[in-house]
Amino acid sequence: MNDMTHTPRTKPRVSATFDEYTLSEIRRAAATGIYDIRGAGAKRKVPHFDDLLFLGASMSRYPLEGYRERCDTSVVLGTRFAKKPIELKIPVTIAGMSFGSLSANAKEALGRGASTMGTSTTTGDGGMTNEERGHSKTLVYQYLPSRYGMNPDDLKRADAIEVVVGQGAKPGGGGMLLGQKITERVAAMRTLPVGIDQRSACRHPDWTGPDDLEIKIEELREITDWEKPIYVKVGAARPYYDTALAVKSGADVVVVDGMQGGTAATQEVFIENVGIPTIAAVHQAVKALQDLGMHRKVQLVVSGGIRNGADVAKALALGADAVAIGTAALVALGDNDPHYQAEYEALGTVAGAYDDWHEGRDPAGITTQDPELMKRLDPVAAGRRLANYLAVLTLECQTIARACGKSHVHNLEPEDLVALTIEAAAMANVPLAGTDWIPGRDGRF
Amino acid sequence: MKLSLTPAAAERAVDIDLASSALRELNAALHKLTPDTNETYWRIANPAGRHAIAAGLDVPVTVEIDGPVGYYCAGMNKQASVIVNGNAGVGVAENMMSGFVHVKGDASQSAGATAHGGLLVIDGNASARCGISMKGVDIVVKGSVGHMSAFMAQAGTLTVLGDAGEALGDSLYEAKLFVRGSVAGLGADCVEKEMRDEHRTLLAAKLDAAGILGEVDISEFRRYGSARSLYHFHIDNVSSY
Repeated sequence: MNDMTHTPRTKPRVSATFDEYTLSEIRRAAATGIYDIRGAGAKRKVPHFDDLLFLGASMSRYPLEGYRERCDTSVVLGTRFAKKPIELKIPVTIAGMSFGSLSANAKEALGRGASTMGTSTTTGDGGMTNEERGHSKTLVYQYLPSRYGMNPDDLKRADAIEVVVGQGAKPGGGGMLLGQKITERVAAMRTLPVGIDQRSACRHPDWTGPDDLEIKIEELREITDWEKPIYVKVGAARPYYDTALAVKSGADVVVVDGMQGGTAATQEVFIENVGIPTIAAVHQAVKALQDLGMHRKVQLVVSGGIRNGADVAKALALGADAVAIGTAALVALGDNDPHYQAEYEALGTVAGAYDDWHEGRDPAGITTQDPELMKRLDPVAAGRRLANYLAVLTLECQTIARACGKSHVHNLEPEDLVALTIEAAAMANVPLAGTDWIPGRDGRF
Repeated sequence: MKLSLTPAAAERAVDIDLASSALRELNAALHKLTPDTNETYWRIANPAGRHAIAAGLDVPVTVEIDGPVGYYCAGMNKQASVIVNGNAGVGVAENMMSGFVHVKGDASQSAGATAHGGLLVIDGNASARCGISMKGVDIVVKGSVGHMSAFMAQAGTLTVLGDAGEALGDSLYEAKLFVRGSVAGLGADCVEKEMRDEHRTLLAAKLDAAGILGEVDISEFRRYGSARSLYHFHIDNVSSY
């Protein structure tokens, strides 16, 4: 018997193009005839803040003493036109998420956590609830294409108004809240029949383009007697021009949301293939403000994939005034917690990957309107977790800022940063680490 | 609902000339009014197409504007009666909650957009997207309406004495549409429905509120509403998405 007569076989080879996930999606599409809808933001790997590093202090930079020398974190938003700008104690805000997509307890917890730390939370596509208003010291009221629940009383009791043009998960897209989550209360707030799929328009019903938006903002200012800061939120697509046009339209604050920013429910193909990464948007937005002479006069809030204090510090160093968190805030409340692993498995997923938020069966009681599931989220305890998390983000950001010798986190600057990859260097407009090379610096942006 | 002012009310008028007064001052003064104010009738001269005139009111007063207004006149109105003796720009009475807005000329696009309540009467024509995303308002247009009117209209009534343009009631929810003239085309999920007695009664009430009951023949109207086939996502409706 000679083993060498045996014909060797090549190992089974899985296609890099048709990988296991792709194959499963083709089979799912073939079986259902419906595109995949899910929550959260882009899950593909894209250049991100991880691709940037701080240089820290050295011979020519003096660090500040931790715990002893003050590093301020306060932020004022809306200094351009509003009579009553918003003053926040930390540069981290809570992004817009609707009552309807989130449970009332979750909204309350967001308000509690944010208020404890002296920052703002934001309504979403579905109006303002009393729980949310009552537990949010500073509340930003979103003005969306659907205008669900929009009314002048809530407009006047908001602390700021955010005109939503788009969001990072789906620039150019509207929304869909499936019937499972349209309970009597949600339906009443949106003036819709109970249990039907609720579609949200992608364009505003009474304005189109920046010239109209300027007039719309004037109307909102007139209605609120020029008191409230007015934000304009865009999904990161063409951030240089979108930021410039938002400023032209009269915004006090521009919010730029990268593709890692979450959504309650959108087509997977949309989330993963439309929009640009957060790191690629910040520099362009800042450049637009600088070119207009409006940097720090119109404030910039950046969101999409902010997870830790380093991400916060990097966004600020690139020129943002504050960041907003959504997905990370939900995780702090208890979303995707391994405690519910068995229940996530029963839903065909695992803790950490659960994103069928639109189905309303969230074991953690956050992205649901099911009364029994909702009870699982204690808004006081969850609010405490969020406050803890916000405190850590702030402390981490301060730690880095002190190491760079900054007495205010806003003193962080691009000069403090380098990039680990050529892509990140080009997108963020900072040098590749160990070089003085900024790819594209002599180009248009 | 009175469509004209009594002489007594006119005598108590607060006159504002926007040729010499700032719009901000006017709106601020209107916002400061309390429900028991004696200044219940305001007469505005020379509006000259300014935007957001009488926006955000929340008192039962009458504001009569003598001339054309720009965008968002009477936006988010509550309680007040706003009369425009002229044409109105985009989004007149947008997101109105209650009260009465009367445009005696033509109205531009998105008249009554997203409005939750109250009555909007337009004596002339209304352009495209009249009643878009309306949420409970009653709109009566004595002329015709443009394309995509009542797009995604959720609740309330849109009554058109003239004709309707293309794609009337596209993606309609529960709003009720009455059109006396021709309809150039119906949008996705909008269908003609039987006009039963309850609908004739409802229409008569809206015409009465607009002050024209008896001036038009209710039997000439046709009713349009949602087929409700898009209420739950289904792949068989893919051509409508």
